[in-house]
Amino acid sequence: MSQTAATSLETAERRRAIALAAPAFLWTLGFFVLPFAIMFVLSFWQRTDEGLVASWTLENYRTFFGETAYLEAALNSIEITLAVTFFSVLLAYPLAWIIAEELPARYRRLALAMAIIPFWTSYVVRSYAWTLLLAKRGVINTWLSDWGLPVLDLANSRIATVTGFTHFFTMLLVLTIYASLVQMPPNLKRAAADLGAGPFATFRHVILPLTMPGIAVGAFITFAICIGDYVTPQILGGGNDLALPQLIMLQVGRRADLPMAATLSIILMIFVTIAYLATARYMKVEGR
Amino acid sequence: MKRFFVCGLYLLLLYGFIFLPVIVLVVFSFQAGRFPIPPFQGFSLKWHEAVLGDEDLMVALFNSLLVATVSSLVSLVLGFLAARAVSNGSLPFSKGIRGLITAPISVSYLVIGLGLLASLNLMGIGLSLWTVGIGHAVINTPLCFAICLSAMGERQITAERAARDLGAGEMSVMGLVTAPMILPALIAAFLLSMTFSWDEFIIAFLLSRFDVTLPVEIWSLLRSGLNPKTNAVGSLVFLLSAFVVLAAELITMRRK
Repeated sequence: MSQTAATSLETAERRRAIALAAPAFLWTLGFFVLPFAIMFVLSFWQRTDEGLVASWTLENYRTFFGETAYLEAALNSIEITLAVTFFSVLLAYPLAWIIAEELPARYRRLALAMAIIPFWTSYVVRSYAWTLLLAKRGVINTWLSDWGLPVLDLANSRIATVTGFTHFFTMLLVLTIYASLVQMPPNLKRAAADLGAGPFATFRHVILPLTMPGIAVGAFITFAICIGDYVTPQILGGGNDLALPQLIMLQVGRRADLPMAATLSIILMIFVTIAYLATARYMKVEGR
Repeated sequence: MKRFFVCGLYLLLLYGFIFLPVIVLVVFSFQAGRFPIPPFQGFSLKWHEAVLGDEDLMVALFNSLLVATVSSLVSLVLGFLAARAVSNGSLPFSKGIRGLITAPISVSYLVIGLGLLASLNLMGIGLSLWTVGIGHAVINTPLCFAICLSAMGERQITAERAARDLGAGEMSVMGLVTAPMILPALIAAFLLSMTFSWDEFIIAFLLSRFDVTLPVEIWSLLRSGLNPKTNAVGSLVFLLSAFVVLAAELITMRRK
């Protein structure tokens, strides 16, 4: 008797849980999984002069691997993204370190909040703000010529794209690296010093491995967002060496070739997956 | 001493790098001349006035607030309910369902937007602010779900059980026990979703037609090149977002 009561209570709880999860589940299924599946199918279709033709052909993928313009865009995207990830980690790590370890505790929150203030400007406007700095007669060149230095050609270039991206992701990485630094037990550092490790050895063998998850998570997020972003390369990079998202948007807009856009998106997702597989093993603390 | 000096210098350089674009943006929004680049030709509020008097921008602003509010509410409700289902441990295939609901976080907005665009095209559904809202609710549901879930725990599950034992129905348990207990998380999730939707460009660009949101309207403003009016819009948006963030911070701090 009591057992059946318990079972029916369990069944009721389970039913309730299913009913609660159902809306979000169905929403994600309908507006995320289904569109993704449709796009995957679409990537095998063809766009002809008469319109879309349903088919199962690898023609779009063949075009991608056969035409240098497409391959170059993919290569541009990967180069830009790797450079951005590298520079962002390089700049963000010392900043997160100083905030977490060198600043007095009561200033930490303020320092962290200040480090991400530009997040609250509009994303589109942030890239635009960099064009004010990098333009031919912009702020940086005005400073340079005031100091009697030669003027640089920075606007509409890959340097501009990488600078704009690095600015954004440095802020993001300060957060993830800071989070892993404050989780680190402080006595491990002292133990390493007691055992005779110098500052460099302590960093190399104790601190770096312990903060690796923060770096890896941040680096993956950077890679995933950066390689899929259209705004920054479009505003800062100009129309010369296109990034993959710019090429995708060209298919959507000017050429109205959704199947090719779908193919390029699938290829983009493959790059993100590879980056995930490459960083996933560092996302957990070693030896745990 | 040397260490102090090196750290100070690095902080100065990095904060300089971080603040530089924002400072230049705001300073040249007050430019009296025609271009937002040096030399600064004197202080003027005419570009700010131009923004506030621009009907297209004001309509886009209203659209953005509308889309952000509605889509964030949808995300919050979906995320909250699902988090409750997962937190009390009786959901079958809980791990898989969790994975599915959080999956959109790891996919580029461009790809999500394009998938929705292709699907809507094939089904012959026209683009509107509704489709933008759907897109934004797709990207914000995982966020709300994760924030709500991290705020739920043993304490709240016990309290829910107690309420149920005392005869409370499911709706009263949720409304009178669960929601008040994790209210700071609910507010944080809602406001964070608002700012994400408010600032989102590519999905809104792909999924809108005649009625557009503010980032899309700003995008078309960029075509006019360097223009102090764009600086003024940027500064005003910055002010508004900073205000919301500050309010959220104060609310969650007072709750603790």
